[in-house]
Amino acid sequence: MKKNLLKSEGIQTFLASLVCIFLGLFIGFIVLLFINPAGAFEAISAVIKNFFNYSRANLQLKNFGNTLVKTAPLLMCALSVLFCYKVGLFNIGAAGQYVVGSCISIYAALSWGMPWWACLLLAVLVGAVYGAIVGFLKSYCNVNEVISGIMLNWIGLYTTNMILNAVKDGASPYTLHLKDYAPQALLPTLGLDKLFAGNTYVSLAIPLVIVIAILLKVILDKTRFGYELKATGFNKHAAKYSGMAERRNIILTLAIGGALAALGGGLLYLTDYEQWACTQSSVPGMGFNGIAAAFLGGLNPVGTIFASYFIQHITSGGAYVDKTLYSAQISDLISALIIYLCGFVGFMKLAMKKRLVKREEKKGESK
Amino acid sequence: MLLLVQYTLIFASVLLLVALGGCYSEHSGVINLGLEGIMVIGALGGALMMRYLPGSMPGFFMVLLTLLGAILFGVAYSALLAVACINFKADQTIVGTALNILGTALATVLVKAMNMSVSQDDVSSTIQYVEQKKNFIMYFGSFEFNWFMVITVIVLIIAYVVLYKTKFGLRMMACGEHPQAAASVGINVYKMRWAGVLISGVFGALGGISYILAGVSEWKFENGVAGFGFLALAVMIFGQWKPLRIALAALLFGLFRALSNVYIGIDFLAALNIPSTVYNMMPYIISLLVLAFTSRTSKAPKAEGIPYDPGQR
Repeated sequence: MKKNLLKSEGIQTFLASLVCIFLGLFIGFIVLLFINPAGAFEAISAVIKNFFNYSRANLQLKNFGNTLVKTAPLLMCALSVLFCYKVGLFNIGAAGQYVVGSCISIYAALSWGMPWWACLLLAVLVGAVYGAIVGFLKSYCNVNEVISGIMLNWIGLYTTNMILNAVKDGASPYTLHLKDYAPQALLPTLGLDKLFAGNTYVSLAIPLVIVIAILLKVILDKTRFGYELKATGFNKHAAKYSGMAERRNIILTLAIGGALAALGGGLLYLTDYEQWACTQSSVPGMGFNGIAAAFLGGLNPVGTIFASYFIQHITSGGAYVDKTLYSAQISDLISALIIYLCGFVGFMKLAMKKRLVKREEKKGESK
Repeated sequence: MLLLVQYTLIFASVLLLVALGGCYSEHSGVINLGLEGIMVIGALGGALMMRYLPGSMPGFFMVLLTLLGAILFGVAYSALLAVACINFKADQTIVGTALNILGTALATVLVKAMNMSVSQDDVSSTIQYVEQKKNFIMYFGSFEFNWFMVITVIVLIIAYVVLYKTKFGLRMMACGEHPQAAASVGINVYKMRWAGVLISGVFGALGGISYILAGVSEWKFENGVAGFGFLALAVMIFGQWKPLRIALAALLFGLFRALSNVYIGIDFLAALNIPSTVYNMMPYIISLLVLAFTSRTSKAPKAEGIPYDPGQR
């Protein structure tokens, strides 16, 4: 019975992901030890505890809500990366698509006074177009999607800074608070705020992203469209040979990927939890953390839900380390390590399979 | 105008160094998307040397040790890519991306810790090297001549000769085109690929340290190197994986990058009144356009990106 369980692909992926998490945390711990051995253990446990660092229950609940608020966009970025990866495309441009999605939803809310659903719709549209550029360049001009994605990330960041400069708050670099200037654009809370000790940032976004994740799973596994996309990913030429429009599929995939990531941007900024800083000089890490979450989740939409939460959990946890000794970026370091270790997942699974086969052979001999 | 030439040359040097790194790695069969991270870590190695070497040291040794520090860090860091992609057959895109993110995060964490250990209130991720930088620069009238321009030319010549005129270079290129065929005549593909990646670590690190010494005298490591590693990859593709063409491509891209630094000094550009953001975006837009027009007839090494499998024929 136990043997059968270990043989299943899903369990192997899960075990490999656990190894990645454990090793990532362990190496992060070693870096902390290297910086200052005295507080290292406390710091790593602060990262892991995140909102449990508070002792009062309602503060814990409120900060759990905050972590969830930021998990929603992260999950969208992760799904964007995952969806494109299934078609054999590495959508590193998710970071930029997230940025343009944030840009258009903030601008539409503050400048055009649009309601929240219209802002989200615009974000989806703009993101889809932005992603489709990468797809077009890939399928018609043979441009590597990673390089064009990175270029578009920077173009998106600079454009966003320029556009949102028009709706920023006087001398501060931040955009105006939606709460005061565009309350119609705030995402409805659906009463969820009461579950999280009155945390009004907790909104429709959280159930919505979970629904989208499950929907993607169904599309990829159960529909003809999903099958065609995956076939294109496995072998572009074979897909073309069997009559699938591989060029159209590549563009469509990246458009969907772009829409997903951009929706994530809208779902964060329309809660008013954060405001955009127009002086930002580097592309937000959300899209890159999405890569970590997608691979840690074993490239399965449902697994990615949990992986996204974990990545966001430690990212938020970074804020609780002793700032006189370490910096909050230790969590970025750990998630980067996790992405690196995910590169070894294929090897780990192969090793697991080999061991299982060997064990079975031994058993066969002894019989 | 002199300023424009000066900045063009220095940015072209950076791009050329890094692009040559990418060129070596890809000719051996490994796509090195981690160049950006290698630049950051190389720059960190050099910056640490400049910070901790005694100021009384003669300028020449200071330059030499700084370069050595950068190279050491860069090579060690690129070994992370090599071991994952060559020995463990990991996906080269994932590992490269991980190294980019890891590079910036690691450098930020370490530099912040160092600054905090000096003074509790200093939580910046900046290293300053105002005095040390002077060793890298000579003045001809008002023209600021940077030693990296010379280093780049030397590296370019060596890179060209090694790649096309030596047994080692030709064997390495064979591993990027058809590794199984190379193996059948007794070439060790693993060794050659390791060599390609480590060389890209050397060049990438040199590019990194020259980038943080270009025009500024302190560096905030939180910002990484702003996509420069990827611009260098675009330069490499535009140069069709050939060192001399890469040099020309680097000059072109260097010019556009330099414009964002000096356009205010050029009368007719300043008169156009284009916001500075547009100039900042320019290198990225240009590289997208250039890639769109040149990628279709790609001369990329045939086996790049595919893990070596001795059993495949």
